[in-house]
Amino acid sequence: MEAFLHQIFSGLANGCIYGSVALALVMIYQATHHLNFAQGEMATFSTFIAWALIQRGMPYWVAFALTFGISFAAGLLIQRVILRPVEKAPVLTNVNVFIGLLLIFNALSGWIFDHTVKAFPSPFPQESFLKTAYFSAHEMGSFLVMLAVLFSLYAFFRFTPVGLAMRAAAQNPESARLVGIRVSWMLALGWGFAAAIGSVAGMMVAPSVFLDPNMMAGILLYGFASALLGGVDNPWGAVIGGMIVGVLENLLGAYVIGTELKLTVALVLIVGTLTLMPSGLFGKRVVTRV
Amino acid sequence: MSSDANGSLLDVKGLHAAYGATQVLHGISFALESGRITTILGANGAGKTTTLRAICQMVRTSGSVLFDGQQLVGKATEEVVRLGVAHVPDGRGTFTSLSVEENLRLGAYVRRDRDRGRVPEDIEKMYARFPRLGERRTQQAGTLSGGEQQMLAISRALMLRPKLLLLDEPSFGLAPKIVAEIFRILRDINTQDNVSMLLVEQNAKLALELAGRAYLLETGRVALSGTSRQLMADESVRRAYLGV
Repeated sequence: MEAFLHQIFSGLANGCIYGSVALALVMIYQATHHLNFAQGEMATFSTFIAWALIQRGMPYWVAFALTFGISFAAGLLIQRVILRPVEKAPVLTNVNVFIGLLLIFNALSGWIFDHTVKAFPSPFPQESFLKTAYFSAHEMGSFLVMLAVLFSLYAFFRFTPVGLAMRAAAQNPESARLVGIRVSWMLALGWGFAAAIGSVAGMMVAPSVFLDPNMMAGILLYGFASALLGGVDNPWGAVIGGMIVGVLENLLGAYVIGTELKLTVALVLIVGTLTLMPSGLFGKRVVTRV
Repeated sequence: MSSDANGSLLDVKGLHAAYGATQVLHGISFALESGRITTILGANGAGKTTTLRAICQMVRTSGSVLFDGQQLVGKATEEVVRLGVAHVPDGRGTFTSLSVEENLRLGAYVRRDRDRGRVPEDIEKMYARFPRLGERRTQQAGTLSGGEQQMLAISRALMLRPKLLLLDEPSFGLAPKIVAEIFRILRDINTQDNVSMLLVEQNAKLALELAGRAYLLETGRVALSGTSRQLMADESVRRAYLGV
């Protein structure tokens, strides 16, 4: 029983990371109806930046904040410079751009920081008040950090004029322009947020999976599974989807299929959701008149 | 400063507009006096909606649209709005998944600085004008009835404190009683708040009663123009558009 509960709680901790990767995906999907395949590699690159800053002797949380800011700015810039010219282009053009970005960031990570696996520090000491019976200090800490990110994001969208404008632009771009919202900049902000959330997920997951250029490849798959399971147009669904995927992956890995086949769970969930329940658990069912 | 010497707020000259390869407006010209209501009449497909969309640069346009002395052709839609042009589009264009109050707040999105403090006060003004919106302020806009949505669309446009209000068939699909209420309020807004209006309508009788000046569009060209009184007396207009 003890072990079973431990599996569930550590699943929730992982799930929080998957959920935030999913949230980053949903953030861009809602506004553009595209899934950013480069989300994971962007997060990995951000984590490398944090690693480099910490190596230079910067205190952890300063490096954390700086990485968050740099990632936000980079996300914004990527949308402005690379995505904006193809805003009106067909889906496949965008997919190509995303794959291009994926390759570029993957190669950049390896080129600048080399391919050796690196240890990444956790800001939460092993023996601290965060350590409980079922959570390690790092699991609890990253859980809280992700929750803090989610709630500040929620507050931003719910209570600020720019947050409201971003929701309006995602829902109805034409009407948004008619109230004077610069829709294209709202998309750029969305990219900024997505990149920043991704960087936090990267920094939180790196202490347990270690840092290398392909660190996020598997996690991105879990992120896709979470986003699809939760309903790809629903931010809360993405987060809850992440929790479900995290727990499911852990329990199945521990008791049913073994750790080797864990990643298969994500793939099965992706294919299963798309075929049986395309709008996910909490997504809007889209009905089109033909 | 707010208008040029002859008092026209909007001066359209040789306006062309096209969707893809399909030319819809073939060089129309008209002017709109400051503080007045002007209407554009015409049959389905004559280019009425396109004219409004062309003013807001929502379609590919060429020609000249001078608003308050500024050239609108070539500007982005959101920049046209920032100059004080509010557009109530056909289909109303409300944000259906957002609340009534959020829709109104979005209407004031571009208002800045000192003026922002007056936004809550203006929202209350809208609720006073359309009490039914006040009763539904936290409700999702998509759950409103057609008439309420039209009221919301007009209120949201007014939240900009526009100099010019573009109205695309505000009577469309609504019960006559609601239409009468909306047109009465439009007249109030025009006289009390001094908002100039360009009204596109299928219902020629209603439009001519509200507007001082009218233009008749036929297949993308101005076929006839004059005061509403003149158009109401015109034999061809009476037969084709007033059904008398």
